[in-house]
Amino acid sequence: MTMSDATRPAINAQTSAPLSGPTDADRDELRRHGILLTSIQELANWGRSNSVWPLQFGLACCAIEMIAASMARFDIARFGSEVFRPSPRQADLLIVSGTVTKKMAPQVIRLWNQMPEPKYCIAMGACAISGGPFKQGYNVLKGIDRFIPVDVYIPGCPPRPEALLNGLIELQKNIRGRHIAGPAPVEADSPTAPGEYPVPAFGERDLEPTSNPKLWQPPVIVRPDKP
Amino acid sequence: METLAQIHERLAARFPAATLTLVPNPAPPAQASLLLDAAHAREIAVFLRDDPALRLDYCSNVTGVDWPEKEIVETTRSVQIDPAGGPPRTIEQKTKRLQPGCLEVVYHLYSMALKHGPVIIRLRTGNRSDQITLPSLTPVWRSCEFQEREIFDLFGIVFTDHPDLRRLLMWDEFTAHPMRKDYVEPDDYEWEPTPHDDVLAKAKAHYPAPAAKAE
Repeated sequence: MTMSDATRPAINAQTSAPLSGPTDADRDELRRHGILLTSIQELANWGRSNSVWPLQFGLACCAIEMIAASMARFDIARFGSEVFRPSPRQADLLIVSGTVTKKMAPQVIRLWNQMPEPKYCIAMGACAISGGPFKQGYNVLKGIDRFIPVDVYIPGCPPRPEALLNGLIELQKNIRGRHIAGPAPVEADSPTAPGEYPVPAFGERDLEPTSNPKLWQPPVIVRPDKP
Repeated sequence: METLAQIHERLAARFPAATLTLVPNPAPPAQASLLLDAAHAREIAVFLRDDPALRLDYCSNVTGVDWPEKEIVETTRSVQIDPAGGPPRTIEQKTKRLQPGCLEVVYHLYSMALKHGPVIIRLRTGNRSDQITLPSLTPVWRSCEFQEREIFDLFGIVFTDHPDLRRLLMWDEFTAHPMRKDYVEPDDYEWEPTPHDDVLAKAKAHYPAPAAKAE
């Protein structure tokens, strides 16, 4: 590592308050000179965001696009996510790729509960977001976010592999902005909250309960144009 | 292949005790079908499979139909001659008749050996509430197994002698039969961003009360 004498006065000149840390511009300037200035948090987020291992898990036609994204043409390996794990114990990312039927929903939530922290969830496609074309059906869950916290929503029916890659990049940006100390981004993920999300039971007519009220509340409908 | 009418004649001669009805199809394909009675369905199915001229060895499709109770209004016209010598009057008399509902299973049969088909047979239950058993044709055509399970799941027809009669699509705790016409789906319409038609009516039940809206 080398450090020219000209660098340090430049940093002091740029920062207005002498006690505040270096800005991103300072770090870039230092990197140009071969000096890596970082924090534990930045290092951890850098590592986490560039090696997101997805769970090898598909539900419907979106899974075909997910498989295409993982193969040579779209090559999800460029973003460090090529290691699809067959076990939730080794996975960081749950890609809910497709229609979640009410019969399948408890198993999806159980998989999510079995994944170790830190873990992320992408709802891929219209069905995973809201039920999609099957929304008014009797056996399709109207969005997986009723039961587990979702980080990135990718609309489409199904989304193109590029859209999944874009979703992954958005997730990486999200991970880089996270704090390794302090309050959790999702309340249910905080150390005081139970690590497991409640798994609904099969009822006589529907899942019981039909959603996790701590995670999901129906938005208040305000329709001034249509009373 | 013989026509369905010819098959009907042969079956009627072979099984004189069975009630067989030829159900015409008024639609352009005119694909008629044969309604069997439940008591003789198994014997007739075995006959259709083993008869050397038919050899219907493959059941490609089993489906269910729900026929709810239907009120039929029939109009009869009678001409009444006026005894005083006036013009004859036409009297319209409307009679209401309640057609009982039933559940129906439709089997599409083909012959792999002789490369012909389909022959369509139907079975009907006695009603839609308590007489809902029908003989399973899975012992005759193995391909019926899952489709009869699906019909048991979605229509609630109980197939006797089915080797493994469980729900196929819905979970075991589920009690309703979603493909029946009178099925009421669970009300989870609390969040509909763009409701329309009957979905709008269901979503409106969840809208906040007018007093709360004014705040």
